[in-house]
Amino acid sequence: MAGSPLTSSSKIRRVRWDVDAIRSDFPILSRKIYGKPLVYFDNAATTHKPQAVIDAITGFYSEYNSNIHRGVHFLSQQATQMYEDVRVQVKDFLGASRAEEIIFLRGTTEAINLVARSFVKPRLAEGDEIIVSGMEHHSGIVPYQMICQETGAKLLAIPVNDRGELDFNAYLALLGPRTKFVNIVHVSNALGTVNPVKAMTEAAHRVGAEVMIDGAQAAGHYPLDVRDLGCDFYAFSGHKVYGPTGIGALYGKYDLLDEMPPYQGGGEMILSVTFEDVVYNKVPNKFEAGTPNIAGVLGLGAALRYLTSLDREAALDHENELLRHATERVGEIDQLRIIGAARDKSSILGFVLDDIHPHDIGTILDQEGIAVRAGHHCAQPVMNRFQVPATVRASFALYNTKAEIDHLIDALFKVREVFS
Amino acid sequence: MSDLRDLYQEVILDHSKRPRNFRSMDDASHQASGYNPLCGDKVDIFLRCENGIVKDVSFQGSGCAISTASASMLTEYLRGMTIDEANATFASFHGMITGESNGLDPESLGKLAVFSGVGEFPARVKCATLAWHTLQSAMNSDAGEMVTTE
Repeated sequence: MAGSPLTSSSKIRRVRWDVDAIRSDFPILSRKIYGKPLVYFDNAATTHKPQAVIDAITGFYSEYNSNIHRGVHFLSQQATQMYEDVRVQVKDFLGASRAEEIIFLRGTTEAINLVARSFVKPRLAEGDEIIVSGMEHHSGIVPYQMICQETGAKLLAIPVNDRGELDFNAYLALLGPRTKFVNIVHVSNALGTVNPVKAMTEAAHRVGAEVMIDGAQAAGHYPLDVRDLGCDFYAFSGHKVYGPTGIGALYGKYDLLDEMPPYQGGGEMILSVTFEDVVYNKVPNKFEAGTPNIAGVLGLGAALRYLTSLDREAALDHENELLRHATERVGEIDQLRIIGAARDKSSILGFVLDDIHPHDIGTILDQEGIAVRAGHHCAQPVMNRFQVPATVRASFALYNTKAEIDHLIDALFKVREVFS
Repeated sequence: MSDLRDLYQEVILDHSKRPRNFRSMDDASHQASGYNPLCGDKVDIFLRCENGIVKDVSFQGSGCAISTASASMLTEYLRGMTIDEANATFASFHGMITGESNGLDPESLGKLAVFSGVGEFPARVKCATLAWHTLQSAMNSDAGEMVTTE
């Protein structure tokens, strides 16, 4: 799992990554912004889509459109097959054992809410504890705050060290007989830190607690194997793995999903309904009420097909090299501080300039055609931990280049000029 | 196409680096706090009004260049105005920035006209108006309720 950019060069395979060929797959990359080439460094917010994904979505509506699971006619059966084929794809992508362990929903945030409501809350008594990492996205905090408030349980946060890594020993000390559940981000969207989720899952299981891993920032970069990780739940979002928005997947161990009450009620998730009684459908349909985002699922399928057709090790090497290059070059800018310098880090670079506000930096970079994110990244506790109101975040993906990073550095010098 | 010079004019940069009246006020008659949750801009506005006239204005807080400059220029501009004049200025300023000015001539706002370019940068409008919304809150004695741009 480690993809540290600081490992010696002998560990980085010298595989040629044809970034120009990759870029030609993504139509939006030919856009000009204020007459300048688009330099898109906001991939942690959302990734761009290859033509194959766009075609899968428009193709569904122009050729295959139908509602699924219920029809006896050809279009419905065909669409149902296509939809369920993606469920199998996601199962393979995550390394799960059964397709029934994959639930389609809107995204990672909805997945966490489903698990919090349907799995965790029924198990909570007053005084019980839920542990989350100190670097969670708000989606990994608020759903648990809500159920803690409703049950009298307590929410505890694992401390983060100055490098932006979780304090593992502090985590072990937090675990105890009252720990009922642990939720951790696999990769921090603000810091880029890759957490030791396998070891953390083992530790949680030793005290009898189940584990949810938020894989939103991991799924597009690292090959995953949920059985190896051992986690009870894992979620990711389609739009961060080069797929469409409005779709994501939740993996859950079959036995857990089977005994969980449903999250939303409605059609499709039932076997029979009368006004007196209801019999719920089996997993996974039990958790897929209503007509799903069928086009989104098919788009996700195309995205995963695209991603897995690439040499993923070469892709990771490329992204690690981008991170290494960017980290090295930003050292040329005076008074620039990198926020998040974990030893195991994904291709996310968060930084501040001591004398210039991230919002101002972001605006000036924008005028150069460079898209970064400036703000708290839905991770206000992380900002508080590092005592900054906000950071500028550049996040890299398959189609970014070293030349683009050099352009960012030029633009940062320009920011200095404007404010001198 | 919007020029950065429209946004980061000399005057604005000057006020952001050397903000005027950047202090708290012990004898304030009105005060309010404002916050932009999207980027973390914070501002506290202090007023000392006597007989309906703004005798002293100051601010504290931290934020981007636009929000700092806006607060700084506000404190210079408002000094000596009546409360009614201050309210009218808020309406004009807000109208100029959001483009809902109904034919208002930005020149009538004097130095504050430098912010007319902010409208071209929609993401920054809230930075420019934060201090003014907070001022409104202070003048209307909603003190205790934090003003937010959301």
